[in-house]
Amino acid sequence: MTATRAEVCVVACAEAWRGDGEILASPMGVVPTIGARLARLTFSPDLLLTDGEAMLIADVPALGEPATAVEGWLPFRRHLALVTGGRRHVMMGASQLDRHGNQNISCVGDWRRPARQLLGVRGAPANTLNHPTSYWIPRHSPRVLVEKVDMVCGVGYDRAAAAGPSATRFHRIPRVVTDLAVLDFETPDRTMRVRSLHPGVTAEELRAATGFRLDVPDHAPRTRAPTAEELRLIRDVLDPRALRGEEVRT
Amino acid sequence: MTSDKRMTADEAASRLESGMTLGIGGWGSRRKPMALVRALLRSDVHGLTVVSCGGPDVGLLAAAGRIRRLVAPFATLDSIPLEPHFRAARQRGAFELTELDEAMFMWGLTAAAHRLPFLPVRAGLGSDVMVVNPGLRTVTSPYEDGEEFVAVPALTLDAALVHLNRADARGNAQYLGPDPYFDDLFCEAAREAYVSCERVVDSAEFAAAGGPQTLLVQRTCVNGVVEAPGGAHFTSCVPDYDRDEAFQAVYAEAAADPVAWREFTGRFLSGDEAAYRAAVAAFKGAAA
Repeated sequence: MTATRAEVCVVACAEAWRGDGEILASPMGVVPTIGARLARLTFSPDLLLTDGEAMLIADVPALGEPATAVEGWLPFRRHLALVTGGRRHVMMGASQLDRHGNQNISCVGDWRRPARQLLGVRGAPANTLNHPTSYWIPRHSPRVLVEKVDMVCGVGYDRAAAAGPSATRFHRIPRVVTDLAVLDFETPDRTMRVRSLHPGVTAEELRAATGFRLDVPDHAPRTRAPTAEELRLIRDVLDPRALRGEEVRT
Repeated sequence: MTSDKRMTADEAASRLESGMTLGIGGWGSRRKPMALVRALLRSDVHGLTVVSCGGPDVGLLAAAGRIRRLVAPFATLDSIPLEPHFRAARQRGAFELTELDEAMFMWGLTAAAHRLPFLPVRAGLGSDVMVVNPGLRTVTSPYEDGEEFVAVPALTLDAALVHLNRADARGNAQYLGPDPYFDDLFCEAAREAYVSCERVVDSAEFAAAGGPQTLLVQRTCVNGVVEAPGGAHFTSCVPDYDRDEAFQAVYAEAAADPVAWREFTGRFLSGDEAAYRAAVAAFKGAAA
């Protein structure tokens, strides 16, 4: 069985929650949602998941299906309290992301009168200062991976350091998963580096799709392929309607 | 015997004044006090500072030019990520914005409810929330840790509008859905609060509908009770009804085009609440 790019991305997202233990996994987007559920069904069985509303779900339903059992209550106010307690690892989206991990979901252009108003900062400032925050970029392009974001919503390593010890105390960006690669910040100056290239992606392709200078080593590791059991879970159990393919092109 | 606070939505709107700071409950496109917002649109109140986890309440008030300043962490229709009127208003610079993180927003309301000038939060440090809100200050812990936090100022409100599932005539209100949102905080942070509900019931009926923890809003902070069946439409008000996705899609589509928006306003928003309900019923009949 050959995995599609979307399926490689699902497993790469799942890997972000490996070893996280008994915390809330908060995926934003289709592929991270399948990834979080896959992690819970396989190597991270203690993760907590929500139904996307106010319930913590006791089982792991297919995408779009309701849970059959509830194990807890997490309305927005308790969710925000849980954030500050740190027992959560979110994977957020990003309209813009820079090499330091600063993220923007608020607006494009001058904040005072933006060219494109987007969602607003939502919970990104609190998330990034209180618990691990990873990112999911379904379309890796120079418009998303930018030299400088227009509005810092999620705080990157440089801005956290400049803001001082209260900001860095719980700040961590474990992973950035895109449709082309897995990236992280495990460098001396905490700037983005390539952790692995997805199968079939060339170094040149990745460089060209990134809006800042990204060093891609000649022998960059390859993102691991899903196991046969993971593919079965993705295809038959978690996403039988193949919604993952609508978020990531083959 | 305590007073009967029942009134019409238009009477509630008549208590509001131009220039007020107005909190609106619900979250995104969920349990928004839309009948009260529609009544507000029928009034001539303008120049509002609106405090909201924004949804179509913000959209409608922005489209009608009633907002001077918006205090919000976002505006969204949930199933449609971007609120089109909010978006257009921001892009033409129609109002000022105080953009806060969700946690800052919650603690700002909490500070107001507790009559504190601020509450400390970690959220905001290092982000551009500190840049676009130059009035935000930080505070240093007086204890050994010496940590620095953002001092989120109290979001004190002149008035609050919320919509719950049930209320009694005295202003006690009950939510029966999965999430209270911040509705009790909005009422407690406000000098006056107006609660609309799907149905006004006798206090003795509350217990049959849900446990005591569903009694979210207490009458001490409520000034008016409005019976408004379908009063959250087209946002959700579970378990009474889900979001009207078909209607919301029509709203969003119309909002993107001035001609279509004039048509939408003429069809749905030119009369009173009864006319609105009749127009929505006709829309549903045509769609069926």
